[in-house]
Amino acid sequence: MLTENATLLPETKRSFDPKKVTFTVNGKPREINVLPWVSLLDALREYIGLTGTKKGCDHGQCGACTVVCDGKRVLSCLTLAVMKEGSEITTIEGIASDNDELHPLQKAFIEHDAFQCGYCTPGQICSAIGMMQETNPSSRAEVADLLSGNLCRCGANSNILDAVMEVYSMKNEQ
Amino acid sequence: MNNFSYTQATDVQEAIHQGGGPDSAYIAGGTNLLDLMKYNVTEANALIDINHLPGERDIIRNENGGVRLNAFISNGTTAYHSLIEENYPLLTRAILAGASGQIRNMATNGGNLLQRTRCYYFYDINTPCNKREPGTGCSAIGGYTRMMAILGATHEPNDQACIAVFPSDMCVALAVLEAVVNVEGPNGERSIAFSDFHRLPGDTPQFDNNLQKGEIITSIDLPAQGFAQNYSYLKLRDRNSYAFAMVSVATGLELEGDRIKETRIALGGVAHKPWRVQEGEDFLKGKTATPENFAAAAEIIIEGAVGYKDNAFKIDLAKRAIVRNGLMALNPKETQLPGAVPN
Repeated sequence: MLTENATLLPETKRSFDPKKVTFTVNGKPREINVLPWVSLLDALREYIGLTGTKKGCDHGQCGACTVVCDGKRVLSCLTLAVMKEGSEITTIEGIASDNDELHPLQKAFIEHDAFQCGYCTPGQICSAIGMMQETNPSSRAEVADLLSGNLCRCGANSNILDAVMEVYSMKNEQ
Repeated sequence: MNNFSYTQATDVQEAIHQGGGPDSAYIAGGTNLLDLMKYNVTEANALIDINHLPGERDIIRNENGGVRLNAFISNGTTAYHSLIEENYPLLTRAILAGASGQIRNMATNGGNLLQRTRCYYFYDINTPCNKREPGTGCSAIGGYTRMMAILGATHEPNDQACIAVFPSDMCVALAVLEAVVNVEGPNGERSIAFSDFHRLPGDTPQFDNNLQKGEIITSIDLPAQGFAQNYSYLKLRDRNSYAFAMVSVATGLELEGDRIKETRIALGGVAHKPWRVQEGEDFLKGKTATPENFAAAAEIIIEGAVGYKDNAFKIDLAKRAIVRNGLMALNPKETQLPGAVPN
């Protein structure tokens, strides 16, 4: 599934050999051979075939490429795949439990109509999962601030916040 | 983005040797470097990954009552660390005012100090820029200047003019805390006072700081004085979250009764480095923490400011932000609530 671009090498004196990278994606061990400049985002989408993670700006401004890496939400577009040897990565494809049941955030997003085009949704959900693991926000305003790295150009933000707040308060009541 | 080789360094000396080359660059968090490389603003043929150098990835107490931040842990880990939240809440507030949750999880403490300006013209490789290509001119002057510097800039007719600002929030707090930056390089180890770390553009705007080629930031020391009782970070920007500062202010106050025993005030978003003026802080010593006294100190701190058409508003804004933040520092329990909107 290599793209044409990824295999085109300009003439150079340096050796740019592909490197073997082994990591776990959604619980499954994966081994890929990538050139050093391949982002984790491109590795997931084009080498592993998991296209749920989206490429928006490719510059860390929109958050569409958010995945959870070793328990932390990160931007896969600003991460080199070669730097994640041995990591555990979770993408939108891997958040639901195995028995075909959606993750509570996925259910809440449907319930609250928290999207129009849906392009930012995988990043929004991975970001919300990461946020709940890293801190305990005390208000809706604080949650909004903590999720500000995920843009929604359809303007579904208020519904996204409704969905996240519902799951967050359920989690706190447990 | 140009092609590059990638090497994981596991030994400091080996990393310094590899990183000293003219076409190599260190990568840690990568959030700024890879962005700049994608825009072809920065080119490097060899990336040296320094995330795997030895050393405990933690924040530990120093024997002098302060703490030592490992340079390779993330900004997010630092902000939420109990030693920082309890003893240096100003640093927590400043870090959480910057970037996004994802970027804070990736960006390292050392890398935060080394991030480059977000000047639009620096990023646009089709325009002249003395920081990117010395001697080509400054496109910001005569261009759109809303985010540009009002203090310490180099103006025309100097042919190395540069009015870019240093964008970090974390570093504004580190300036108030008088952090010490520990580095290791080809000439051994050295410690740099925070005020000496970043620099003004002068005639060499291509240099953001005084780190030498090949040097690596290994840790950052915070002295014991953390202003945990009276502190405030105020960030004013075009939207309430995930935007760079137009003006930001970090204030630490040590009070004795109703008098100011010691204060430190640093500004972000106004200059090529976090802006501190000793005379302004000295003026407040022994005085009461009133709007009038903060306003008089603000006049001293902002003295000499120069604005262009689109950024002249920052001069007044900075003065008022100093006053407002000084008063906010009197009551951090009310004013420093989590969330983006200033209370």
